[in-house]
Amino acid sequence: MHEASIAQALIETISAEAKKQKGKPVAAKISCGAFSGVNDEALRFAFEAISEGTVCKNMKLAIEQKPIQARCKKNGHTYVFDLHKPRCPKCRCEDFELLPDEPLLLEEITFEDK
Amino acid sequence: MRKIKVRKKILIANEEYAAKNRAFLKDRKLPCLNVISSPGSGKTTLLAKTIETLRGKLSIGVIEGDIQTDIDAKRIRKAGAPAHQINTEGACHLSAAQISYAFHKLPIDRLDLVFIENVGNLVCPSTFDLGETDKIAVLSVPEGDDKPAKYPMIFARAAAVLINKIDILYATDFNIKKVKADISKLNKKTKIFLVSAKTGEGMKQWCDWLEKRAINKRTKSAKKTRPRQ
Repeated sequence: MHEASIAQALIETISAEAKKQKGKPVAAKISCGAFSGVNDEALRFAFEAISEGTVCKNMKLAIEQKPIQARCKKNGHTYVFDLHKPRCPKCRCEDFELLPDEPLLLEEITFEDK
Repeated sequence: MRKIKVRKKILIANEEYAAKNRAFLKDRKLPCLNVISSPGSGKTTLLAKTIETLRGKLSIGVIEGDIQTDIDAKRIRKAGAPAHQINTEGACHLSAAQISYAFHKLPIDRLDLVFIENVGNLVCPSTFDLGETDKIAVLSVPEGDDKPAKYPMIFARAAAVLINKIDILYATDFNIKKVKADISKLNKKTKIFLVSAKTGEGMKQWCDWLEKRAINKRTKSAKKTRPRQ
């Protein structure tokens, strides 16, 4: 449900950018790490509801989910972390460290042609 | 159509407040713990018991976050600590700006430790940095032992995990060994405490850990600032 706060912050960021660019935004791409706990459907729903009456109305959202990565402490190999099988796919060991989660990022905005 | 690269953090406004809070706490050498759990895990009972156990040793203040009511703040005050209640009016987590304001509602310069009791929710609060020193996760026995696997985000980030309500372990299938293994897969550094806020079991180990951290923070920071004086 924190998707509502995220949608609100996203709309504010896009609106500020649209003002700078003097254009109508039609689509945006965002990315988020798995630990942000963002549910795509909930974010789209919140975005649609909150964007009503703003320059962001009817925008399309592309959401890229970035999985948690782990690094094997033995061979340095980086792999997608799975709690249920937390082992290095190369050496099968369980000696790993989790890499920092990706932040919630507004990657790009597409504007309508003037 | 024209595309522009932005690469901006979406929660930047919250992060700016969180950075301000972190600086505020650092200036005062004051540790602040953000307590996160599902609703009903016993956070408030745990904090009340912690306040009672540490009475005369640590001066504790609490920022309470709930969707509605000031029931929890009242319970904390009854346990003998100052408390400020935030009502989020529907929001499922606290934000850093709310904490900035709440700091000024507590007798902050008299405190050795501040707890933030976040809104009961295992997902949303872990995404929002409040500028706290550390996050603490609480998991209670009746919730089941699969929570760290299902909701890894908070367990991966917590400095300590409290497994509460161990007095009713006998009545459940809760597997402590499995929970400990799941948590340490996510977070090797976290400290796990088995407690019952109701009976007081395990509270001493938790409170000793808190006391040590609060005191360490003060002496460490004091050492750091000495050359500047």
